[in-house]
Amino acid sequence: MSEKISGSEILMKSLLAENVDTIFGYPGGSIIPVFDALYDYQDRFKYILTRHEQGATHAAQGYARAVGKPGICIVTSGPGATNAITGIGDAMMDSTPLIVIAGQVQTRMLGTDAFQEIDLVGITQPITKWSYQIRRAEDIAWAVARAFYIANSGRPGPVVLDFAKNAQIEKAEFEYKKCIFTRGYIPYPVINEKQIETAADIINEAKKPLALVGQGVILSNAEKELMDFLEKADIPAASTLLGLSAMPSDFPLNKGFLGMHGNIGPNMKTNECDVLIAIGMRFDDRVTGNLATYAKQAKVVHLDIDPSELDKNVKATAKVLGDAKQTLKLLTAATKKASHKEWIDSFKEHEQTEYKKVIQKEVFPENGPIKMGEVVNLISEATHNQAILVTDVGQNQIMAARYFKYTQTRSVITSGGLGTMGFGIPAAIGAKVGVPNRTVCLFVGDGGFQMTMQELGTIMQDCIGVKIILLNNNFLGMVRQWQELFFNKRYSSTIMKNPDFVAIAKAYGISTQCVDKREDLDAAIADMLKDDKPYLLVVNTESEGMVYPMTPAGDTVTNILIG
Amino acid sequence: MENDNKKLYTVTIFSENKVGLLNQITIIFTRRGMNIETLSVSPSALKGIHKFTITTYSDADTIEKVVKQIDKRVDIIKSFFNTDEDLVYQEIALYKIATDQLLQLGSVESMIRTYNIRILEMNETCVVFEKTGHYEETQGLFDELSRKVKVLQFIRSGRVAINKSKIERLSDMLAKLNEQKPEGYDEDEEYFGL
Repeated sequence: MSEKISGSEILMKSLLAENVDTIFGYPGGSIIPVFDALYDYQDRFKYILTRHEQGATHAAQGYARAVGKPGICIVTSGPGATNAITGIGDAMMDSTPLIVIAGQVQTRMLGTDAFQEIDLVGITQPITKWSYQIRRAEDIAWAVARAFYIANSGRPGPVVLDFAKNAQIEKAEFEYKKCIFTRGYIPYPVINEKQIETAADIINEAKKPLALVGQGVILSNAEKELMDFLEKADIPAASTLLGLSAMPSDFPLNKGFLGMHGNIGPNMKTNECDVLIAIGMRFDDRVTGNLATYAKQAKVVHLDIDPSELDKNVKATAKVLGDAKQTLKLLTAATKKASHKEWIDSFKEHEQTEYKKVIQKEVFPENGPIKMGEVVNLISEATHNQAILVTDVGQNQIMAARYFKYTQTRSVITSGGLGTMGFGIPAAIGAKVGVPNRTVCLFVGDGGFQMTMQELGTIMQDCIGVKIILLNNNFLGMVRQWQELFFNKRYSSTIMKNPDFVAIAKAYGISTQCVDKREDLDAAIADMLKDDKPYLLVVNTESEGMVYPMTPAGDTVTNILIG
Repeated sequence: MENDNKKLYTVTIFSENKVGLLNQITIIFTRRGMNIETLSVSPSALKGIHKFTITTYSDADTIEKVVKQIDKRVDIIKSFFNTDEDLVYQEIALYKIATDQLLQLGSVESMIRTYNIRILEMNETCVVFEKTGHYEETQGLFDELSRKVKVLQFIRSGRVAINKSKIERLSDMLAKLNEQKPEGYDEDEEYFGL
């Protein structure tokens, strides 16, 4: 019989057993015993105190997305737990492995409306892979092991551990056993060779194939397998927002970015191709537009690890269930070497149109106010396309996704499914903490910046070297864009009277500069990138800029506005 | 009712017997604005595994997606759906009638024979009938009783159903799942602390 230790210490030891090195969090009444134990483990965990629990969850997400390990976040019960909900929901939508450990009132007080009691398990069931209440110290190691297994296996996602205070204090023996199986949960479905064959037959017959690359490729570390497949079968490919950086920007078969504000080529070709191969993507409505007119001419091959994604939005001719790393490998072996030069060349016409009508104006303007796209492009170049891009949500996000370039995987961290404004600053913190040797560039708007700007305090406290580029147009730009296009320019609730952002950064001791003129941009960017310290670069951009190309919501994918 | 073009489907779910499982299932219906018509939950033939039988009106496409999303939950062991043609199913209903009203009817023999009624209780204030059958049958008796006497209380259970076709037995299904368990891994399947 081993010695009995407190539940809080069992938690610390369990986290160590899962190779946790970083914890984001915020203390409170129902989680004090855990923070007390953490005090003794300061040498083994890097602990980041955020300024709000939402920030702690997004930081843990940023960490998880940059590193590829589950992000850990510890918060208190009640408001601490409810503040974490947005991050949990975001992680569910974007398949991010996130483990939220929340304090809970003592078991005997449950259900009595005790101080800071909230039914966290009940609230989070729809937005987690697993949500569990730990009520006894004996259960902690088991629950943590299961949490890590579930959060990080198969299609990853968030797990909540609702940790009753008495279980944090009570003592139990500690024995840790990693979880590698739970019946009824099949994270890695056995691959059906028949499905591979059927898919390969369709691909081998294709004259005009197009591949759609989703985050599934990154989550299963299948970047090489993806490129081997595309090269062998000579298939042009484009990425979803979350799939960006699975292929380097200059990979010859990379035809860009899909969806509402994506590149014209792949969107037009979606409705021309004869075979559409979707890899680890879920046919989100921001990718497909109107499903009734989406790729109706094509045979659809859908590779996914999650059976509930197959046939959910688009009916597939061939479904391949399994982990992309394995299925792509098998599919490549079953696919004949092919050449589709003419088809691939046919993208050029669209690329030229887009360059002339959209990109040139956005990225290389000669006069007028500063454009968001040109700022993104300059910073991408200044970082040799090697930085991690973090974005907030809105015009800043789309401009960054469109004009930042990537040379390595896991280089884009953005809130895709939930579209969470305020995601940017904390997510950038998490990414930089997780991957300190890479430059982390955050593009954020004036709206999203003010949703979580209290996290500048976190940046100050731990001197986290994120480079924040605030694209300030004094508008909630994306909503304003929709109001301009579809609501007769009635700018209801989108005009922002903003504070002095430079003064705010200074108050936090963060180096800063504000740029109004194009000719000052290069010097300011160089100043920002001269060292690895935090920096806020405020760029006052065109106030009524538009993100083009744009397919209006619910419209046919080929119905593209170019301004 | 929004039941145009929709059919009644029976969803059968096997799950771990854990706190909060029912909520995990019902929220998937709630999300799509689907109404649960009947619901029955009970322990299955195997210890620690619960069986849910849910009926709901849906189209074929939607019910398939819903069942996949239920099946995806970690603590759900298996979920599937059937239409009435594939099933033997039954509901049970109880009817409470005032004894004096019933006596005023004169003979009840023909009604009892026609509807196959069982009498569960009879005292000076009330009589309790039991009828098992399909919804139409239990409703038929309710309608007839309502025409003749006042039904003081009426309760109908959720549907229980058994598949007519050859279907994998639960124990075989579990054996298959357990085949995926890594060798030598002896995780205790029972949750602690409940």
